[in-house]
Amino acid sequence: MTAELRTEGISKAFGGVHALDDCSLTVAEGSITGLIGPNGSGKTTLFNIMTGYERPDSGAVYLAGQNITGASAQKVFGLGMGRTFQLTRIFPRLTLLENMLVAAKPSRERGGLLARAGGTVDRRRARELLEFTGIDQYANALAGTLSYGQRKLLELATVLAADPAIVLLDEPAGGVNPSLIQTIAARIRDLNARGTTFLIVEHNMEFVMGLCHQVTVLDYGTVVAAGPPEIISTDPRVLDAYLGAALDDEPSPDGADA
Amino acid sequence: MTSSAVRSPAHRAAGAPGHRTLLTSAGLVVLLAVFAIFPLVYSNPLATTYGFDALIFIAAASAWNIFSGYSGYLSLGHAVFFGSGMYTVAIGAQDWHLTGDAVFALLPLAAVVAAAVAVPVGLVALRVRRHTFVVITIAIFFIFQLMAFNFSFTGGTSGIDAPILNWAPGTYNDPFYYLAMVIAAVTLALSWLIRRSRFGLHLRAIRDDEDRARSLGVHPMRVKLGALVVSALITGLVGGLWYYFIGAVHPQSAFDPLFDLQLALMGFFGGLGTVFGPALGALILEPVQQWLTVQFTNDYLSEILLGAVFLLVILFLPRGVIPTLGERITAWRSRARDRSVSETTADGGAAPEAAPPDLTAPGTSAGAPASRTAGRREGTPS
Amino acid sequence: MAHQIYPAIADGILGGGVYALMAVGLTLIFGVLDIINVAQGILVIVGGYLSYVLSVHLHIDLFLGLLITIPAMFVLGLVIHTAVIRPLRGSERTSMSLLACFAVAIILEGALYWIFGPNVVTLKASYINSSFALGGFYINDIYVYCFILALALVAAIYLLLYRSRFGRGVRATMQDATAARLIGIDVNRVAAITFGIGVAVTAAGGMAYGATSGGFNPNSGYDLISRLLAIIILGGLGSIGGALVAAVFMITVESLVDIWSPNWAIVVFYAALVIVLTVRPSGLFGRKAVRAQ
Repeated sequence: MTAELRTEGISKAFGGVHALDDCSLTVAEGSITGLIGPNGSGKTTLFNIMTGYERPDSGAVYLAGQNITGASAQKVFGLGMGRTFQLTRIFPRLTLLENMLVAAKPSRERGGLLARAGGTVDRRRARELLEFTGIDQYANALAGTLSYGQRKLLELATVLAADPAIVLLDEPAGGVNPSLIQTIAARIRDLNARGTTFLIVEHNMEFVMGLCHQVTVLDYGTVVAAGPPEIISTDPRVLDAYLGAALDDEPSPDGADA
Repeated sequence: MTSSAVRSPAHRAAGAPGHRTLLTSAGLVVLLAVFAIFPLVYSNPLATTYGFDALIFIAAASAWNIFSGYSGYLSLGHAVFFGSGMYTVAIGAQDWHLTGDAVFALLPLAAVVAAAVAVPVGLVALRVRRHTFVVITIAIFFIFQLMAFNFSFTGGTSGIDAPILNWAPGTYNDPFYYLAMVIAAVTLALSWLIRRSRFGLHLRAIRDDEDRARSLGVHPMRVKLGALVVSALITGLVGGLWYYFIGAVHPQSAFDPLFDLQLALMGFFGGLGTVFGPALGALILEPVQQWLTVQFTNDYLSEILLGAVFLLVILFLPRGVIPTLGERITAWRSRARDRSVSETTADGGAAPEAAPPDLTAPGTSAGAPASRTAGRREGTPS
Repeated sequence: MAHQIYPAIADGILGGGVYALMAVGLTLIFGVLDIINVAQGILVIVGGYLSYVLSVHLHIDLFLGLLITIPAMFVLGLVIHTAVIRPLRGSERTSMSLLACFAVAIILEGALYWIFGPNVVTLKASYINSSFALGGFYINDIYVYCFILALALVAAIYLLLYRSRFGRGVRATMQDATAARLIGIDVNRVAAITFGIGVAVTAAGGMAYGATSGGFNPNSGYDLISRLLAIIILGGLGSIGGALVAAVFMITVESLVDIWSPNWAIVVFYAALVIVLTVRPSGLFGRKAVRAQ
């Protein structure tokens, strides 16, 4: 399955405010692409449109060449695109293992509809992913008991459970302590080496510049620059639009990003 | 010993699975035996009536829980399915001139009709957010009550009387009792199977965060509607049996708002979304309520007391008996464990990040999540 | 048909005004506290019984008696809020508060049955059976009086919301409780007083209902709450203007269907609700998206 993700001329307004204006970008297959821009530049809205949570007013989203504009969130996931949320979302009253099994396909083992959730294969894979993210010792604890950083890891692990071709991460490093940020970055690199494509929204410049192959800059709902990180970080337009703003106004980990 | 110490948080939350399953099944076998013997020991009709009532509500509350408890969508309209079951048996027996034991053959039909009613009800009501959903179920409930009053085939206000059974008065209740017992047992087994299945997991994922569940490929409408239909199926079956036992159906007894309140009360009291909580709630509350009614011979006072009990449960035991008890036991156990292994946990640092305070503090295993997510709004993120 | 249709429309509009008043209280409570007070129906009946006691036993005029019953119901609202609503916490607060209100309704219903029994009572006053002619049709005076009362109270609530400091707090809380708290609004106080006001209007609603409906008993609460819920959902939860329009619209529709078949009028009422929600899950004037998926 190829995993090129492309948007063409996406526009979206909320009550007269243009969140996105003719926004076109491409996430190359096999890449780790960063999506940056000041608060309110439309990053989360773009994520929501790409993953079926909102419909664009105009424009189209293509996944591996297929037009998926307006497809439901569950359909988009079925097509191989997973996502995480800016405000980390897990299922607090399910155990970690159960969290992992939500995305599992119907079990082929006997028992039909009432068979236990997750077959042997799914359970093994869930365990492996929990180990991979380093939280497997809590597999049978309720997810609501995890710390913030561990929730981020769990959220990432649940998305990976169904082996998506492309993963959209909304601020994976936001509000996480530095040592855990390194872990998250290392896991993303590992997965990318095995072929998973990533699109990452992140305010932590060090994280983005160190990890991403390509960076796209959004400002006022439009792409103002795109290219390799070393070029982007010296682009005067970017400094003006984003880095300047970031210096004035340190973004908060869970600040509203409409 | 060392490895179990490292893994202790996990065990603390879930208990030792094998051990617990064995204990639970042993307890259930004993309980089932007690229920089976009960009419032989207490053969007087009043006792078996109490027993029958309790079993009916064990089945109905568990069925309600399969939908409302697991999905988190509270239905205050389950009387629609109960009443549909009652009227199905009543009208079927009347129109096809069935009498005696033959009427029992209509019970599966009652279940099917109630399930069929649940499909359009669900398609409309499940389109809206949780608290609007509750209100829609109440509105649909009133539509059904009004239709029962106004249609001619329901007998209107005077309702429909059941065919008389010429069974021996001394053991009249027994067949009803045992049938209700089988239905209750099957419902509980089904509830247990559903909870641990992929279907049940999806329901509980929807309860915790519907939008997030969608991003993991869960089809909320399909899953919720499926649960509602299963729930309605059992509720309709129970309604059909109830009709034959009571011997008559009227709009206000078939579609009774107190029925909905009772189911919710039993669910909350025992523990919403647990397998056995609602059954426990029914087992305790139904006889208490019957006793109150007999004791005070004043329907109004027992109504006030029912409301008061409900309020107290919501205010002081909002998560139910079973989860609260479970937490106490877990807390007590982990305190004991912490004392015995506090020195051996030094090598627990395998995790990339030290265990958070909530994991090491006993007794918060399930209490924290609710308040953690309190700030999150339902609905699509924007 | 025309000789039936015009009076039916007049009845619908005048009666709709009374429902609008009761629905505004309900939708206001939802907007500020994010809870659906399903006890509103029985509270209206409590208000009706208060008017009944004052007028029959103490011979106080129905409209004059409101000076006593409105503050009394306001206090009852504060008591319910303090004892039952405020202690609820956590993510399940919305569902729990709905059930708590249901429990309050059951308790109040039982209490009313206990005190007054199941017999239907009627409110009496010299102007209840008088009427005047308008364009060849007769209209009951009481309908007009109650309509004016409802208009006056809705206007008072409107002024309170849009012309007072307290009202600014209420509107801020309706939009975003967290933000309101951050700018120094005492959200708990706003919530308590709003609940009080939402319940206080049931005093007037109960009197008007009792005077125009031809009698009520404790069971009438169910009939009322189901209509009120239908109205505020149709109007869009939390939308005051929506509640006003939906009330007049729904009661007029019911009144028109009543010409053809009294038994089915109320069914049509709910059917309209279900149909509208199927097409527009957020109600006719809903601002918030209420779709589950």
